[in-house]
Amino acid sequence: RDYPASRHSTDEAPNSFEEITNYNNFYEFGWNKDDPARYAHALTTDPWAIEIGGLVDRPGSYDLADVLKGQVLEERICRFRCVEAWSMVIPWIGFELAGLLNRVGVQPGAKYVAFQTLLRPGEMPGQRGGGIDWPYVEGLRLDEAMNPLTILATGLYGEEMPKQNGAPIRLVVPWKYGFKSIKSIVRITLTAEQPPTTWQALQPREYGFYANVNPEVDHPRWSQATERRISSSLFAGRQETLMFNGYADEVAGLYAGMDLSVNY
Amino acid sequence: MLRLAGLANAGSRRLPEWAVWLAGLIPLAWLVWLTFTGGLGVDPVRGIEHRLGKTGLWFLIGTLAIPPLRALTGVNLLRHRRAVGLLSFLYIALHLTAWIWLEMGLLWAQAIRDLARRPYLFFGITAFLLLLPLALTSNKAAIRGLGRNWRRLHLLVWPAAGLGVLHYLWQMKIVSAEGWIWAAILAALLIWRVIQPWIRTRRQKIRPGIRAESLSD
Repeated sequence: RDYPASRHSTDEAPNSFEEITNYNNFYEFGWNKDDPARYAHALTTDPWAIEIGGLVDRPGSYDLADVLKGQVLEERICRFRCVEAWSMVIPWIGFELAGLLNRVGVQPGAKYVAFQTLLRPGEMPGQRGGGIDWPYVEGLRLDEAMNPLTILATGLYGEEMPKQNGAPIRLVVPWKYGFKSIKSIVRITLTAEQPPTTWQALQPREYGFYANVNPEVDHPRWSQATERRISSSLFAGRQETLMFNGYADEVAGLYAGMDLSVNY
Repeated sequence: MLRLAGLANAGSRRLPEWAVWLAGLIPLAWLVWLTFTGGLGVDPVRGIEHRLGKTGLWFLIGTLAIPPLRALTGVNLLRHRRAVGLLSFLYIALHLTAWIWLEMGLLWAQAIRDLARRPYLFFGITAFLLLLPLALTSNKAAIRGLGRNWRRLHLLVWPAAGLGVLHYLWQMKIVSAEGWIWAAILAALLIWRVIQPWIRTRRQKIRPGIRAESLSD
């Protein structure tokens, strides 16, 4: 299917469908990059509902069709930068998270949005092992969540979201490291307090709540100054990582006055 | 068991060194094949790098496993230890080349800065530098020339293997089961290496006693 092109799309060439669907960090299905492609087919994504709650006017369990009601799906080609210093360009299909939040009515006291991934060890073999305190959780500050760059994606390359990429619905926050873009969402909660996030809870020294792409703040174990664009070529080399993954014009204002080496 | 060991030893004695080299190069040939047939998935750079590193580590731990293998099963592969060790060095050197060339895209300045500042890279490069003199002295002339010091020098294989395993564990976001298995194998080999001389001297002390007892029966 063809979707209208977003004005927020990058003009960089997207990675191939094969690359995007065979190189995934989705620890619910295993530790290796090819585990999600191997095991995610077992995931049941229909029926699907998202429990929306917390400081909202209209809380409740929203069926996926209901979540999408009234939202305009568009194709948005985004740079995707993993905290592991590799990157891709992905043509997502999705809509702005702000559209959904406005529909359920955000109450004045809400300052953060918390997200949760499906917990279903029977279909997600990675959840049967240790290492991570399941379910996976993530969070955004409300102004980050309301930014037009933040989308809920339901597909890529014009097709339904492949299961290994977070079917049926996932977050995409293109100026943050990939682990912020939580997959297979079943719960969205508006809160007054900053919610816990999985990687920060696991390794607070290495992964912060903000996780903005920032070439000047290194991961304690590796540099973030450059990145390797996933490519079938052996000699593609590396490219400079851009501040906020190249979206500084749109989002730098959100962090005015903040020390980003402290709020990493 | 002893018969099996005897057969293995007869085979090992007849096995020429070039055959060990040929067998040791199979993983490399397989990697080249996978690279050119698209068998490494969508990120061949990572596949090449990781496979070279892991194969190097396997061979390195393989050289350390040869003496306990003989002590525990009687299978004597000592005469092939040099080939296994040099194969290990070859894979590790190729791993380093793949990192600087394919992964870092020959960005030498960033590569050197990272080597100094990132523990896992520092462990890796230190292990390589420790192995370098061992590879250079793995020949008859050096063994003759160095005398007793050759054995002392080649004890460096232990810190090199330790740093190699640390390097492998440290680059993971979370250490996998496989990572812990390799750490455990190395720890077991090290424990064996430390207590084995002690066991040997104890055995030598006990044996005359046993003989005397059996004579008195």
